[in-house]
Amino acid sequence: MIDIVLLTFLALTALAIVRLRHLFAVVMLTGVYSLLSAGLFVLLDAVDVAFIEAAVGAGISTVLMLGTLALTSRREKVPGRIPVLPLIVVLITGAALLYGTLDMPRFGDAGAPIHRHVAPRYIHDSGTEIGVPNIVTSVLASYRGFDTLGELTVIFTAGIGILLLLGGTGGRRRKDEEMEEEG
Amino acid sequence: MFTAAAAAILITMFLALVRLFAGPTLYDRVLAVNTFGTKTVLLIGVMGFLTERPEFLDIALLYALINFISTIAILKFFRYRALGDAPDRKHRTDAWKRLSIS
Repeated sequence: MIDIVLLTFLALTALAIVRLRHLFAVVMLTGVYSLLSAGLFVLLDAVDVAFIEAAVGAGISTVLMLGTLALTSRREKVPGRIPVLPLIVVLITGAALLYGTLDMPRFGDAGAPIHRHVAPRYIHDSGTEIGVPNIVTSVLASYRGFDTLGELTVIFTAGIGILLLLGGTGGRRRKDEEMEEEG
Repeated sequence: MFTAAAAAILITMFLALVRLFAGPTLYDRVLAVNTFGTKTVLLIGVMGFLTERPEFLDIALLYALINFISTIAILKFFRYRALGDAPDRKHRTDAWKRLSIS
């Protein structure tokens, strides 16, 4: 019941994002959109995904888009004509995706393939094989250890890149200001 | 009882959304987003008790912290028109002057 209401709010927010021309309001609405998706993820028991969605979607990307708004205009230009071809492409893609969900197992089905492949072994044997009480931790840190290492490498590289980009301009600007004050 | 609380929170979320869509000034919208974040935190907490797993309360607390940080970022953007570097002394005194005048 709650998820239906949250999905309705999500659809309303998406429609408002499309309709509004005031870009600051659109940035606020994208933050709300992320909060709503995070609530839905919590309802689906994906608490970790929900937390990332709230931190990145509602927190960091709002700040980044505000920074972009400071550099550009606050109003969106009204497009002259309705883009027909992209609309058709989007409709066809959406229909194909909906068709793809038709032969998926029902939500929460215990007989679904994902619950019968390696999950029983994790549940039964991870205590003796790894020795960590938390099954998720043993999967992430041991069974899929290399996968986690790769993810961390990607995040670390992205973080270094962003630090270099942001730190570079900040240092230069500060130096310019010092020169202005001297001169 | 928790069901009634969840319903009340959902109605409040809807009202905040209405203010966010309509809101004539920017500050209405900032306040609406902040309210909406708080309501999300409350909803996650109530949902934890509704499904009889109140461990989710910790996550709700973390959401509250993130909400606070993003509100501060938005307000800082309003004040200084920029993010990132801390404003230098000259800008800060200007801001204080404006604050005391207004």
